Amino acid sequence: MTTVDNSWKRDREGLGVWPHRGKVAIAGWGMSPVDRRWDGVSMDRTLGAFAILAAMRALEDAGLKPEDVDGLLQCPNNMAGAASGSSASWGPSRPYFAAPYDSEDGLTIVTNKWIVNNWPELNANKNLTYIPDSVPDIGEGLGMAAQAVADGKCKVALYIYTANNLEGRYRRGEGNAVQNRAEGPAQWNAPWGANVIDLQLFSTIPLRQYLRKYNATWDELMAPMILNEHRNGSMTSWGFYSTNEASGLTYEDYTNARPITWPAKIWDYDRPVNAVGAFVVTSGERARDLKQKPVYVLNHNAGGLGGARSSHMTMDEWEAGMAKIARMAYEGSGLQPKDIDIFNPYDGFSPFLPFSLEAFQWHGVGKGEAADFVKGDIRVEGAHPLHSGGGNLGNGRTRTAMYIDSIQQLRGQAGARQVSVKAETAIAGYAPALTPWYLVLANSPD
Amino acid sequence: MPKLVPVADELSKPFWDAVNERKLVVQQCRACNALQYPPRPRCQDCGGESLGWKETSGRGHILEFVVLQDSHIPYRAPDQPFNLAVVTLDEEPRINFFANMLGIAPFEVPVGAAVEVIFEEVAPGQLIHEWKVAE
Repeated sequence: MTTVDNSWKRDREGLGVWPHRGKVAIAGWGMSPVDRRWDGVSMDRTLGAFAILAAMRALEDAGLKPEDVDGLLQCPNNMAGAASGSSASWGPSRPYFAAPYDSEDGLTIVTNKWIVNNWPELNANKNLTYIPDSVPDIGEGLGMAAQAVADGKCKVALYIYTANNLEGRYRRGEGNAVQNRAEGPAQWNAPWGANVIDLQLFSTIPLRQYLRKYNATWDELMAPMILNEHRNGSMTSWGFYSTNEASGLTYEDYTNARPITWPAKIWDYDRPVNAVGAFVVTSGERARDLKQKPVYVLNHNAGGLGGARSSHMTMDEWEAGMAKIARMAYEGSGLQPKDIDIFNPYDGFSPFLPFSLEAFQWHGVGKGEAADFVKGDIRVEGAHPLHSGGGNLGNGRTRTAMYIDSIQQLRGQAGARQVSVKAETAIAGYAPALTPWYLVLANSPD
Repeated sequence: MPKLVPVADELSKPFWDAVNERKLVVQQCRACNALQYPPRPRCQDCGGESLGWKETSGRGHILEFVVLQDSHIPYRAPDQPFNLAVVTLDEEPRINFFANMLGIAPFEVPVGAAVEVIFEEVAPGQLIHEWKVAE
């Protein structure tokens, strides 16, 4: 196995335009079914089975076969942990099964070793030589794949992103979540009921400040965006709501929904799901000879921007961090806000939406202008098709919707979601907290 | 209202010792005099590693609040809904503290109001810093 260093990361300002801008392309994508949870018994719906299925679909979309892959970037993420992301210790000890399900690997987490060992065609592929062990989450991970192709580490990279969900409640199983002691970083927040991993809390306080400053209400700002995402999600072929149960979310449903971190409600969170997405990344030159129209990578960003200076992130800190993320994306791609047609920012916690909209200045939205903007036509049929893919809120917490929609829009394959305005460039991101994991994409290398 | 009990470590022990004496202290950089909280190994402004402690006035203002109705911390679930406010320190508004604002009904936190520190016992011999609206 190959080990990975972090020198590839474009994690700060001042790096200029990505030297490989337009020379790398996304050639295919694939999704597994999106289940609410793994039921603990269906071996054809484990995360491992879904990972291989999604990868095969991505290769098929690209017009490639497993033997064409020479780079496997498998993100072993297991987000639905008890307190820190370890699903292996979440919930009751489960019985294991016959191989390949004789450990957690393959059931609720997926490593590159498991993929190779359990996908015969890939296992037989002697060209598969680039298999890094440390592959980050989507966004950053797709950037890693793009950089690997650009640097010649592989020619056809297969990136696989897993999102697990099991029975029980998310991240409420152990550690500071259930004990009466607050240790480590938790000593500064848990005694007051704040949790260090509660990003809804950490994004809601700044948005409350924002609403107070700009004299807007939570519902008038958030409802149009969230309803729009659910509408777009209902038009997404693979999403949780379009394939399992339609949310049919209405304004009344949203405003009357169960509060979690008031005024944030249940619909302000993305719904945890069990699903896998996969992407094929190759050179622009190679992509031009493949099945689909290439979607060129103009830039990728990675790394982290730090956190709050004190106990809690303030609006000023949040806005400054988001503005830096936007500057990095624009600097690296050589584009400006006016150049961006498709905008799929991270939305897993709804307060990211207005801050992203204003930081990236998409369609000219400036500070304090998001509430007025979303009163306009943000539908895919309209002039300002915000989050045309429906994102995590409209499709479930796969964290892939932002990328898949951007690819589909730039190819002209978004079907009922295809925007009526120009679709030549896109920004797609996954950014838990202040992480600049954004891609800038285009349907032309120039 | 049961609360989680903070467990001091090497870096935070002077802070919690002070709290147990009903004093609110923050770190101060000996090089640039910057104040910071929570304590960290280095100064966030100049990177200096020589840090001391300074007692504060214990006065601040309420910056913002939310109401937790489904906290990630089940231990606090019996208290739901409860206020979770952020209070800035008057001497250094870049410093902020969490507060439950004891005695103020959920949803009724007066944002912008002046507050003063109080101390609440969460376990025998262990206090935490809380805040109340100033008299």
